[in-house]
Amino acid sequence: MSYGPKTLDAADLAGGRGGPTDEPVAAAGARPAAERREPVGEAGPGHRVELERLSAWYGGAQAVRDVSLSFEPGAVTAIIGPSGCGKSTLVRCVNRMHEEVPAARSEGRVLLDGVDLRSPAVDVVAVRRVIGMVFQKPNPFPTMSIFDNVAAGLRFNGVRRGELGDRVREALVAAGLWDEVSSRLRAPGTSLSGGQQQRLCIARALAVEPSVLLLDEPCSALDPVATLRIEELLVQLKERVTVAIVTHNMQQAGRIADTTAFMLGGELVEVGPTEKIFTRPDDERTEQYVTGRFG
Amino acid sequence: MDNPHQASSVDEARAVTVSALLAGEERLRRRRAASAAVDACAWAAALLAVGVLAAVVVSVAVKGAGAIDASFLTQSTANFGGGGIANALAGTAILVAVAALLAIPTGILVAIYTSELGGARPAVAIRYVLDILAGVPTIVVGIFVFGLIVVPQHRQSGFAGSVALAVVMLPLVARSAHEVLRLVPDSLREAGLALGASRWRTVVSVVVPAAFSGMVTGALLAVARAAGETAPLLFTTSIFPDFVQTDPAQALPNIPVTIFRYSESPDPVKHAQAWGAALVLMLFVLLVSVIARALSARGRRRLGSAR
Repeated sequence: MSYGPKTLDAADLAGGRGGPTDEPVAAAGARPAAERREPVGEAGPGHRVELERLSAWYGGAQAVRDVSLSFEPGAVTAIIGPSGCGKSTLVRCVNRMHEEVPAARSEGRVLLDGVDLRSPAVDVVAVRRVIGMVFQKPNPFPTMSIFDNVAAGLRFNGVRRGELGDRVREALVAAGLWDEVSSRLRAPGTSLSGGQQQRLCIARALAVEPSVLLLDEPCSALDPVATLRIEELLVQLKERVTVAIVTHNMQQAGRIADTTAFMLGGELVEVGPTEKIFTRPDDERTEQYVTGRFG
Repeated sequence: MDNPHQASSVDEARAVTVSALLAGEERLRRRRAASAAVDACAWAAALLAVGVLAAVVVSVAVKGAGAIDASFLTQSTANFGGGGIANALAGTAILVAVAALLAIPTGILVAIYTSELGGARPAVAIRYVLDILAGVPTIVVGIFVFGLIVVPQHRQSGFAGSVALAVVMLPLVARSAHEVLRLVPDSLREAGLALGASRWRTVVSVVVPAAFSGMVTGALLAVARAAGETAPLLFTTSIFPDFVQTDPAQALPNIPVTIFRYSESPDPVKHAQAWGAALVLMLFVLLVSVIARALSARGRRRLGSAR
């Protein structure tokens, strides 16, 4: 996929996609779909994540430098940047997965609705129940069936057997996978195609009804058609769950993100409404990146 | 453009290439000969290895098959006359079962610690210790258990024999379980943690099930090994009666010691029975090994399908 014309204009963002199917952009098409599906996650004003002066290191190497950023409720925030700019590390600090790496260290504040997730009073396991994560490579549990995969998070959190069935179904519907798997819930999770496995992982993350969903390049291992479905899904989900997506695919950010943040060398270079970032960025480095001059 | 220099340089280039590629027919022949020689040596070594196993299996089968019949398997050992190995079979089964109960859960828990829960340094130290334990001669293990259990109790016992076998099995189970746990990809651990599972919950519900069939394989191979160990039993359960004994507090009859004892007997019938017992033991070990490998292949296929 080429990067298109030198400067993306509003027409590119609103209309053409250059992909294999030329349907109108997800945001427009998703609303009727959203009305068909059952909502997942808590209704209401939504949950805001704020990062204040977050820095992260792997041993002596600093991967994130003093980043302050917020993920607004009811919106999709995309974090873009070249490989190694620290965007994955940043996102992993939000649900405190970063600290699982030996010799990893971080500083700064991560606030969810004003609560500092990094304070010693907060249970790290609880943090991960309210902030879900989907990884780059689909990673369904190989020894579990489709049903058990989606139910895994619920079981970890002590949900009783009687309630599992309904919540698994809701999650699969929300992930757009129900129609395809309803007849074979007992089949192994790994018997699905790559795109389906990733939607299974999304269903698994949604089943515990998180406030925030973090996605780390969720479509980079998938074909364009599977990517499209997941992008539509994310736009529907943002009403219920605050979505933050790390992506190296700028067109993806252009398609689905309300806010885009550009990172380079561990620093947050610029953040703003997606249209502005892609058409009239303030920083020269941003402009160079989005016009494809590097990265 | 007509350039006579260009034409000659193309020819020159071709000449250089030709000479580089086709040069040294002698060198080529020498290289081919060396390659063939190494091939031949590798083949011979492989055949030798297979041949040794074949020789062992065939000779035991040929010499032992004659002694095996229904009465051999159902009658107990007898000093004179025929008899069989029924009590020895029962005793070995109990010895190995108790040893497995002692060694397998312990070994797996050790592996879970070294692979998942412990820090890097304790894990390395423990694995080093286990490797040393694996290298301790089994006769030393036998003497150790003799001093530890048989002497204070003033008698041999099947339990002492099982403890000795468990000491031999433990490093095998722990090492193989550790290897299999390490094979489980980190992406699964991350998936579990990201769902809000605690570390131990992730280990129990995600990592161990993924490694399960590999652990079974390791356990089976350790069982096969324990079934044939003789030295640990020589000091702990080698003086036993000629009838079936199932109480592990007493000395239990067993196959390896029976083979040893029969091989020293002047009676040729006993020699034949020793071969027969050896064949039974060997078939058991072969069977368990084949099942273990089959399970291992199936388990690897399953983990591999996690794309």
